[in-house]
Amino acid sequence: MCGCILCCIFAVDYPIDHLTRLRMTNNLLYKVYRFYVDGFRSMTIGRVLWLVILIKLFVIFFVLKLFFFPDVLQQRAGKDKASYVAGQLISR
Amino acid sequence: MTHLMTIDPTLIDWSRAQFALTAIYHWLFVPLTLGLALIMGIMETCYYRTGKPFWKDTAIFWQRLFGVNFAIGVATGLILEFEFGTNWSNYSWFVGDIFGAPLAIEGIVAFFMESTFVAVMFFGWQKVSRGFHLAATWLTGLGATISAWWILVANAWMQNPVGCTFNPNTVRNEMTSFAEVALSPFAIHKFCHTVSSTWVVGAVFVCAVSCWYLLHRREQEMARQSIKIASIVGIAAALITMMTGDFSAVQVAEKQPMKLAAMEALYDGGEGVSLTAVAAVNPFEQPNYAKGGEAPLRIAIPKGLSLLATHTPNGFVPGVNDLLNGYTRPDGQREPSAEEKMMRGRQAITALAQYRKIKAANDNDTRLPALEAQLKRDMPFFGYGYIKDRAELVPYIPINFYAFRVMVGVGTLLMLFFLIIGHMAWRNDITRPYRWLHWAALAMLPLTYVASEAGWIVAELGRQPWAIQDMLPTVAAVSNLSAGSVATTFFIFLALFTLLLVVEVSILCRVIKNYNAHH
Repeated sequence: MCGCILCCIFAVDYPIDHLTRLRMTNNLLYKVYRFYVDGFRSMTIGRVLWLVILIKLFVIFFVLKLFFFPDVLQQRAGKDKASYVAGQLISR
Repeated sequence: MTHLMTIDPTLIDWSRAQFALTAIYHWLFVPLTLGLALIMGIMETCYYRTGKPFWKDTAIFWQRLFGVNFAIGVATGLILEFEFGTNWSNYSWFVGDIFGAPLAIEGIVAFFMESTFVAVMFFGWQKVSRGFHLAATWLTGLGATISAWWILVANAWMQNPVGCTFNPNTVRNEMTSFAEVALSPFAIHKFCHTVSSTWVVGAVFVCAVSCWYLLHRREQEMARQSIKIASIVGIAAALITMMTGDFSAVQVAEKQPMKLAAMEALYDGGEGVSLTAVAAVNPFEQPNYAKGGEAPLRIAIPKGLSLLATHTPNGFVPGVNDLLNGYTRPDGQREPSAEEKMMRGRQAITALAQYRKIKAANDNDTRLPALEAQLKRDMPFFGYGYIKDRAELVPYIPINFYAFRVMVGVGTLLMLFFLIIGHMAWRNDITRPYRWLHWAALAMLPLTYVASEAGWIVAELGRQPWAIQDMLPTVAAVSNLSAGSVATTFFIFLALFTLLLVVEVSILCRVIKNYNAHH
């Protein structure tokens, strides 16, 4: 989802008039924006790498974290984690 | 203690195996990031100083390879943090903010510094000045190195917990001195040794890739110049790694003597102890150290271990049996036996249990201060209270013994390799058909990774059974999960990381094969 948003932001040139374009050209934020847009557009091998990164992050956060790595203390102890851990340490 | 909980030993094994697997895979990507960062910084500095397009093309080539490795490796460390919360939840709570603070700083530094400057490095060639771009390249490497600092501070604290005090109310270790944690000698030497070893990896990688080009008679000038730089970096890095390894060994001798004894298969210590070069330690079973004596077919350097551990030729180095039976230290203090430590550990756990039970009933009970004082006295041995048998205190000697020798042996071979290839590159024409040297460079690359991983195996297997040295063994640190679920995620990670590795190697090979400086 984040990758799609990023691609939309960086890949699309928004229609603007000449005066607005002139004002924007001198604006620092606009320069930074163009820096990243032009950079991403000129990527070759980088596009493959970004795809790998985005797939990897998706798998890490939306598959592994959600389904295989729950927060055990939050699930089992709720707010009183100290008592839960104390019980674990004392009874082992 | 009553109602003792039984933890499935296979749960501990799978949890440890999973963490080891993910850490080993993570450590395949990190050294190349740190090592190549240094070398590409040097290459671009050559461009900055000379203005020659050759150096720009060369710097861009190595940055491209850096980028591939960086992209594939990024976020692989996050999985380790997930494992803390799921598989090692008792540990996560017990270490409190001492572990969390360095990891949080690492994440922030990595996110802001590296991600900002890596973008300038890749996108900024036509957009920013040469000086600014050069600064961005060096700052990318610096950001990665600073990240490594904080991770190693956290790991060093596990090996030598300092700057903290245990709070029985929160059941957490609370930081009393940030400086003591962040700047502990253990952390500093570990950082220097680990980072310099990554520079060795980067140098070998550059030599190997360059020699591949020479074998195929391609990009010979780029390969020749790259080998010249990489060989100098390699020699310097190998020297620093050896020196800092020595400093680390002194720290280990002082703070983790059982780890040193395991690395050396030293059963009975003494003064003027020799350093084992080779010995026939059975790789498939824990040796019978209680019998004493030494490993069979041992070839040793006289007084070498005493020199390594204490920097004096007749320094006392305890063996496995000394540490288990107790001994008198050189300063006259008595080192308790395993049974004495186990008893004090059980006293500490009992004191914690009583303290919490009484406090829950009455916050102002007059017995609480005495219990807190007893807990504080016995806290240094808290972890020993979970040990049932003294044999649990001895790490698996064969793996430690051989892993240490692999690391030192390959490290020494690498020094020789860099000296030879450096001599050939600077004094002769290495583009001539020295095919034996070019093939040797290719062979050194996987060996270097093996040595790099072997170092971590010594560091982490050598501290077993401890998750936190002396304070928390793995049996107490692990979450009470089903071994089956941990085993399942182990195989998921095995598949995922292997896939990432295959993707990285194939992309790297593609970039290397398709590179053409004269386009």
